[in-house]
Amino acid sequence: MISVRGLKKSYNGQKVLNGIDLDIERGERIVIIGPSGTGKSTLLRTLNFLEQPDAGTISFDTLKIDVANASSADIKKLRLHTAFVFQNYALFANRTAQENIAEGLQVVRGWKKKDALKRASEILSEIGLSDKADAYPAALSGGQQQRVGIGRAMAANADLILVDEPTSALDPEWVEEVLQLMGKVAAAHQTMLIVTHEMRFARDIADRVLFMEGGRIVEQGPPEKIFSQPDDPRLKQFLRKLL
Amino acid sequence: MRPLDFDYMLSILPVLLKYLPLTMGMASISMLLALGLSCLVAIIRVLQIPILNSLSKVFISFFRGTPLLVQLFLFYYGLPQIFTSLTALDGVSAAIIGLTLHFSAYMAESIRAAILGVDRSQWEAARSIGMSEGQMMRRIILPQAARVAAPTLVNYFIDLIKSTSLAFTLGVTELMGATQKEAAGSFLYFESFILVALIYWVIVEILSHIQKVLEQRLGKAVAR
Repeated sequence: MISVRGLKKSYNGQKVLNGIDLDIERGERIVIIGPSGTGKSTLLRTLNFLEQPDAGTISFDTLKIDVANASSADIKKLRLHTAFVFQNYALFANRTAQENIAEGLQVVRGWKKKDALKRASEILSEIGLSDKADAYPAALSGGQQQRVGIGRAMAANADLILVDEPTSALDPEWVEEVLQLMGKVAAAHQTMLIVTHEMRFARDIADRVLFMEGGRIVEQGPPEKIFSQPDDPRLKQFLRKLL
Repeated sequence: MRPLDFDYMLSILPVLLKYLPLTMGMASISMLLALGLSCLVAIIRVLQIPILNSLSKVFISFFRGTPLLVQLFLFYYGLPQIFTSLTALDGVSAAIIGLTLHFSAYMAESIRAAILGVDRSQWEAARSIGMSEGQMMRRIILPQAARVAAPTLVNYFIDLIKSTSLAFTLGVTELMGATQKEAAGSFLYFESFILVALIYWVIVEILSHIQKVLEQRLGKAVAR
């Protein structure tokens, strides 16, 4: 189980995360919704230490990290437990699609290059991009790039995949293929924490929906409850604007 | 106006070309050393490693802020007076050290700018999968920065080749030194120096061509 306790983060005195407590069960798919600037992305980024949190603890089973005193070895362990899917794909521009997926296996997890490329090739076939194995990111469409981004996260075999607005940077024509792939990954009971503005998608795949406001989790529950019978007035107002 | 003595030019061409390996050798060794040093300094500056960062700033400031000729004289004539163990420093070594340090300072700033020009997302993706800073630099950031920096670095190499001619002031008989000797013997200064100018020019033109090919190869990752 993954446990987050009292996670805090400020930028220049502005509190972005105001004490986040969160338990995530294995196989649980959690979607985070909420207005812009309420710390949704920051929460994901602190869980991977792309942003250094100010205070709190993050635990993966027996690994417990006090974020304020995390060593670089702690941070590396944490990163090996997590995988990140970026809004802007963030594929390595100097690596082909296949190499992008193999890179982490080979360099960080110490796989032989041959094995890493073979695993990457299997994943490419799962995400339906076998024919693009040797293409560099610049030669792929946004949707294809994001699918490789998801493939890279799948390769990590991580305990938790952090997904930051995977379709926000996409042209509308590519959104569906990315959501479909996300659905496929979710269907395999991969533990995921997803920030998205795609409410229909959230309703379809989430076991639990978190509503964040002002750097806190204000309300959470199963999607039927959150979308149909919200309690918090701020959540009601947020949903009214969207639907 | 007297006509040019082409026969003389043809006769000293093979003599001068014998010194081309020394000129290109000094330039190549200096360039390789400068590439290594400038990458190191650039990474120190980008990662803002304490103390080393301050030292790097002083290094860059000094070697960009003083003339190359002054630096060469300082290394060859000056330093051995202070550090007596350096008396064995020959002109070629002094020139290589001077050229290396001088061009490192310029190249470090170009490489630093190129590194900072690599999109933020590349750094984040590398860190997110658990790469160390060293792995990230070597595998992801520097190769992408190289593509941006390559044209500038070739320009510095061109400048470096021409700057080896200053080694003749340290008593090194390289291309320029050899020309000077020939000219002093024949008094045909115009013929001698126009010939050596042409030799430098041809080398630079060949390099410019290589530069174009290099850019195309490094650009393959971004080509559609």
